[in-house]
Amino acid sequence: MSEPHSSRRAASIGAAEGANRRLPVGRRVFLGVTALGALGVLVGGSVQNFASDTLGTGLGGLLPFGNRFRYYTVTGTYPKISKKRYRLEVTGLVDRPKTFTLDELRALPSVSFTKTFQCVTGWKVPDVAWRGVRLSDVLKEVGVQLGAVALTFESYDGLDTESLSVEQAHLSDVLVAYEMLGAPVTRAHGGPVRLYVAPMFGYKSLKWLSAIRVVDQVQPGFWEQNGYPVNGWLDGTTAAKNPNPELT
Amino acid sequence: MSVASALSTKPERVVRFSVIQRLTHWCVAILFGVLMFTAVPLYFGSFFGVVFERHVIAQIHLWCGLVLPIPVIASLLGPWGAPMRRDLRRVNYWTRAELRWIKYVGRRALETDKYNPGQKLNTIFTGSSILVMLATGALLQWFRLFPVSWREGATSVHDAFAYALFAVIGGHVALALTHRDALRSMFSGTVSMKWARSHTPGWAREEGLDGVENS
Repeated sequence: MSEPHSSRRAASIGAAEGANRRLPVGRRVFLGVTALGALGVLVGGSVQNFASDTLGTGLGGLLPFGNRFRYYTVTGTYPKISKKRYRLEVTGLVDRPKTFTLDELRALPSVSFTKTFQCVTGWKVPDVAWRGVRLSDVLKEVGVQLGAVALTFESYDGLDTESLSVEQAHLSDVLVAYEMLGAPVTRAHGGPVRLYVAPMFGYKSLKWLSAIRVVDQVQPGFWEQNGYPVNGWLDGTTAAKNPNPELT
Repeated sequence: MSVASALSTKPERVVRFSVIQRLTHWCVAILFGVLMFTAVPLYFGSFFGVVFERHVIAQIHLWCGLVLPIPVIASLLGPWGAPMRRDLRRVNYWTRAELRWIKYVGRRALETDKYNPGQKLNTIFTGSSILVMLATGALLQWFRLFPVSWREGATSVHDAFAYALFAVIGGHVALALTHRDALRSMFSGTVSMKWARSHTPGWAREEGLDGVENS
């Protein structure tokens, strides 16, 4: 494309720069915005916590800096399972394979506690109340056999899977959860029943739990096959056994 | 062609954007469009019971984000980058009158340059946002290389800048749709001299289009 005025334009800009164009506002704003972004990365986490401490999760959750759940699914849809038709199948290296209804799970000893929900992508929601049955109590019902090494979890979405070692599955804060935030687990949150692995990042807490298979080796789940650590402890360590359990 | 004859046969239309500038604009616009379109289901999980699975959307978002700076950088470098570099200098250097215009939100007389101060701010903000979004996005993607607290901060910054970009780009599109001559010039590359004189008198004067023979 021809630009008949280009040389003259360049000359006139040069002259104008000498006269009154000497404020590099563009560069300053550019650096300012970039610095703001960098500062946000360094202190954003604290601002987020401050916002939720002062505003509460309700109001704080509306701000971009606030704490709020982000809903992830691997299939792009939320499976819909009624409470009546819900079943949890526990099979594999167990003495008494069993399929639990929701009422049967509720009949087992329940535990409840409140904990910060922490996602591996950086967001977290403080003070999330959970209620459910300890996974170890479910396992006690079916009797884990000698030689069992790990558990594979399956989801009603038909695609997501997760894993825990037998040892991890017996931690006291690993739940088969049916209540969350003070109410039955919603469909978006993985209801009616989901896994809650409190000492690990959120992706380990498989939603719409449909089956538990007791197996003889760890089978990395969906997110692990996509690069996340098999052992996603909240303190960032990835060994099978968490060296700092009190930090998680 | 002599100078005198060039002035006497001034073209009816004047070049506002070179081919490279227009191509760059539309590459960036399309990439931004895809990024914003894929951002919605990634941000509001409950939005998407539709079509793709999250993993695919996330991959599209990631690659568009990584590609986004390439047309911008390519348009500035090399022998074809002269018009872009000249316009970048215009966007960078401000007169005090332009600062006043911003301070009083346009309620001050100004002999508008090729771009008015609002357009300049838009360029600067969008440009710096590309850098911030690229950096925080990369941090979120390759999170294991960084401390967890950085990841938290990057999530917040990526979200906050996304909010701002949706507002700024929404405004940009709305203004473009209500200023058809300016919008058309992003396709054809040219504006009429009449338009240049009335909308960007400073630029028109520089170009010698103000009707005053200065030979």
